[in-house]
Amino acid sequence: MIDRATLEQRVSAQFPTVRIGDESGDLCLTVERQQLPALAGWLRDEPDLAFTFLNQLCGVDYLGRDPRFEVVVHLTSFQNKMRVTLHIEVPEADPTIPTLARLFPTANFQERETYDMFGIIFTGHPGLERILMPEDWLGHPQRKDHPLGYEEVAFTHNEDWIYANKPFAKE
Amino acid sequence: MGLEEKAGDLGIVTTTLEGVVNWGRTKAMWPMLFGLACCAIEMMAGQASNYDMSRFGLELMRASPRQADLMIVAGRVSRKMAPVLRRLYDQMPEPKWVVAMGDCASCGGVYNNYAIVQGVDEIVPVDVYVAGCPPRPEALIDGILQLHEKIKRDKITDHADGKPIRIEQAERGALKPLG
Amino acid sequence: MVMHAHAYPDIEIPTPSQIAAVALNNEPDENGEQSMVLSMGPQHPSTHGVLRLAVELNGENVVQLAPDVGFLHTGIEKTIETKTYTKSIVLTDRMDYLAPMSNNMVYVAAIEKLMQQDVPERAQTLRVLLLELTRINSHLVWLGTHALDLAAMSVFFYAMREREYILDIFEMLTGARMMTSYFRVGGLAWDIPADFIPTVEDFLTHFLPKVDEYEDLLTNNLLWKQRTKGVGVVNAADAIALGLSGANLRASGVDWDLRKTMPYSGYETYQFDVPVGQAGDIYDRYRCRVQEMRESVKIARQAIERVKQMHGQPYVTENRKVAPPPKSEITYSMESLIHHFKLWTEGFRPPRGSAYAAIESPRGEIGCYVVSDGTPKPWRVHFRAPSFINLQALPHIAKGKLMADLVALIASIDPVLGEVDR
Repeated sequence: MIDRATLEQRVSAQFPTVRIGDESGDLCLTVERQQLPALAGWLRDEPDLAFTFLNQLCGVDYLGRDPRFEVVVHLTSFQNKMRVTLHIEVPEADPTIPTLARLFPTANFQERETYDMFGIIFTGHPGLERILMPEDWLGHPQRKDHPLGYEEVAFTHNEDWIYANKPFAKE
Repeated sequence: MGLEEKAGDLGIVTTTLEGVVNWGRTKAMWPMLFGLACCAIEMMAGQASNYDMSRFGLELMRASPRQADLMIVAGRVSRKMAPVLRRLYDQMPEPKWVVAMGDCASCGGVYNNYAIVQGVDEIVPVDVYVAGCPPRPEALIDGILQLHEKIKRDKITDHADGKPIRIEQAERGALKPLG
Repeated sequence: MVMHAHAYPDIEIPTPSQIAAVALNNEPDENGEQSMVLSMGPQHPSTHGVLRLAVELNGENVVQLAPDVGFLHTGIEKTIETKTYTKSIVLTDRMDYLAPMSNNMVYVAAIEKLMQQDVPERAQTLRVLLLELTRINSHLVWLGTHALDLAAMSVFFYAMREREYILDIFEMLTGARMMTSYFRVGGLAWDIPADFIPTVEDFLTHFLPKVDEYEDLLTNNLLWKQRTKGVGVVNAADAIALGLSGANLRASGVDWDLRKTMPYSGYETYQFDVPVGQAGDIYDRYRCRVQEMRESVKIARQAIERVKQMHGQPYVTENRKVAPPPKSEITYSMESLIHHFKLWTEGFRPPRGSAYAAIESPRGEIGCYVVSDGTPKPWRVHFRAPSFINLQALPHIAKGKLMADLVALIASIDPVLGEVDR
């Protein structure tokens, strides 16, 4: 078992450019995207760290901020009963990030989902295609500039108009 | 009692053709085994021990649309699922009916967003809407009994009810439309 | 505990279009054998919802397969961004619709972690009680449908019979059978009714012998064993690499249960065992889940004893910035009226930041990642859906198996498609 301070030391010794922070009590590492596979692989393979379990991988769209996107990865070490967060910033102009699916097979679906929802391209992913939306869908629905797709709710004052225009099915 | 008394010794009951056809249709409806989301679990509960929809003739859930005449749309219909759902409906033989079970299938429910079709009536014609999120099994059973009432009022000659295909099928088969 | 001397496994997970490409360039080999591509679902009686599998078959053997999901994609994560924190609890119910309380729990736990909000002890204990009832509820549906898929129909009727008791309890508590939306940030939505505890006690007494009844039907049943033993084996290293969690992981011999290893809601104070399998096959997953039901009864009993001691204690936090004041207080306290008004018109504002919380749902580790920008609406909410991630194991474990086993494999993973697609 190692504690958090030791882990912080080891990370800053090995990866001096990684910014170490805190996310609601969990250790948070902000990492350059080129460094991500090296860091994740190192965390996974060091015998005393053994962050072998990838909890989740998701994207966040900070619209209006530069860089706009962020990929968030959570890793768990069963051995140390510890969780660590990786934050990877992804600019809008070049939304690419190296894949983790080769290191952690469990990232496969989650990277596909992040691609589907945010349009972040995971280079080197074995089959990066849409997973939740239909194949011919345009756009990436969870981007902040994508509309929710809100449909007007029918009340008595507008229901005539809505029902006249609603595409009801014919037999 | 009942039927036997009325039939007397002859074993003959007189009724209208419509009456007996509609009676036959209501008493052995086979729903399609087709669950989408949460409502499907309540539909399963409806089939299970405590509610037992078999009491109302819904004895068998057929997994194949070719053998089913009732589609219970149990749950939210996504944009990706919509073409599949329509195709399943088209594969069902006439006569066929649709029950929109729950709020999502009826109007989109709490999901007024890009992913969900705002009511399955945009894709298939719906006969009965059952409210609830999800509806209790009793509500589903009541919805189906309401559908039975609707079927009992069906006229096999009626072209005006917006179901011309049913009449065509009657013409092809043994049932000749009257008049 | 974790074996890690040799290489971390690399597992291929094909996509549906890669399987479809096989169908397009399908030439017989030199022996004249040709594989067939079959599309199973999205409307199929044993895919537990609207899962589609693109399966490449050689005769009756699965060469490879790819799950095609998204047929129930509901846009829950995006919709949550447009609602206040409290309003979104309703949406979380409908993800994993067999375990709505677990979804509520993980969502409020993430917000509580973000806000560093304490929860009164009584609320925590009641949460544990309800989470365990939810676990039983969910496992009963799993057991019934799993057995139904393998043509043991009576188990379904047995399991659904007991499930109705739990639904009645939920209805008594919340007014809804399935979509309970009972948890709130800082505690619970309202207090339990007076006859809640005796009813749950009755249920637990009634339920425990029923587990033996299910086991009588299945555990030593020769047909059941033949269909499940040695089928769909995942070894521990692969299970971790695939991100499996819950009973799927523990059946492979990894003793990892968040209730023990990263406790939440006071689980560290309860006495219970975590059933762990060895073989990692369908049978072990079945044994683990059935044993979990017994352990849940054990935990629920302890929780009941504690709740009885805590009579009169609050069910929700006294922090008026987060939880609304009681109605009686509004009639005389101006400040309470303001809090009430602010909460229902605007909602509370967590600090800027993000938090990841995870709990042990019946399906595995369900996690929630919340990003707050300091406004009453979350900036981003992401759920780590255990079904979604567990489903990735299907191509790996189905490789080379019979088509008929595929049905058993899907059921043993226990996916809920509402949660897979969100």
